[in-house]
Amino acid sequence: MSELTNSMAEKLLIGGKAYSSRLLVGTGKYKDLEETGKAIEASGAEIVTVAIRRTNIGQNKDEPSLLDVISPDKYTILPNTAGCYDVNSAIRTCQLARELLDGHTLVKLEVLGDQKTLYPDITATLKAAEILIADGFEVMVYTTDDPVMAKRFEEMGCIAVMPLAAPIGSGLGIRNPYNIRTIVENAKVPILVDAGVGTASDATIAMELGCDGVLMNTAIAEAKNPALMASAMKKAIEAGREAYLAGRMPRRAYASATSPIDGQFF
Amino acid sequence: MHIQLNGNPLSIDNILTIQDLLDDLNLSGRLAVEVNHQIVPRSLFQSHILNSGDIIEIVHAIGGG
Repeated sequence: MSELTNSMAEKLLIGGKAYSSRLLVGTGKYKDLEETGKAIEASGAEIVTVAIRRTNIGQNKDEPSLLDVISPDKYTILPNTAGCYDVNSAIRTCQLARELLDGHTLVKLEVLGDQKTLYPDITATLKAAEILIADGFEVMVYTTDDPVMAKRFEEMGCIAVMPLAAPIGSGLGIRNPYNIRTIVENAKVPILVDAGVGTASDATIAMELGCDGVLMNTAIAEAKNPALMASAMKKAIEAGREAYLAGRMPRRAYASATSPIDGQFF
Repeated sequence: MHIQLNGNPLSIDNILTIQDLLDDLNLSGRLAVEVNHQIVPRSLFQSHILNSGDIIEIVHAIGGG
């Protein structure tokens, strides 16, 4: 971030902790752990999502695990409830994650409603969020780009609201910028675009709209060169943030001469 | 004794506690364990006695978005 901006005010506050990076990244879909580690490093991300799944019985004891590469000492681990289609499995996943990570309460809640679009089931997400918050979890919630629902999640105590830009893994970019802007304008908690970003310019648009951050996975993992795309995303997020803070010029229907009219000799 | 482990039936012998089971399966590191849908804290792995018919889930963190 530029020294022209106030660096403390420019931190992203999540769950009482200040982060310099506004890019949050997932760890899915990579070829191997080495590629995962290189991409995460290049992204500069400080918050990294993981999934909770059954262990492979009969695996080699010396096989490295994800948390060896993405150490909880270095990164804030954000366990997700990806793949959960009902309230109970989402709650169980969060509780297991808390146990796995020594009492860590920050979670990314997603309760899915449809296998084709991976759109969230909002009624189930509301119910799960209510139970998790009562149980002491700090909930970052994945939701649709509906401003009314975003506000409701904030009011019930979610610490961050994360509307989708487009369906998970679609790479379609910000499909509804006006809704994202409305959600940002109404919010008192961080708003992060989660899902749908395809390339660097998409991330920049999210930040120019005033989002506090962007969470992405596939756009980096499925790039031909994931580490290079991770680096591009880091810059895109910073560029979008600085452009948002700088305040863009007004749009005009017609030209406005850049060089002075006065003093022309022709 | 017969248990259900991560969705599959398993027959185990000479295993008393969760820690015995983890040792037998060669599992270590960051894990969380559920027995019959109840989380068993890591501090109780050595003392929690397994019973025939137990439904056990052993999970860990993997890549996800």
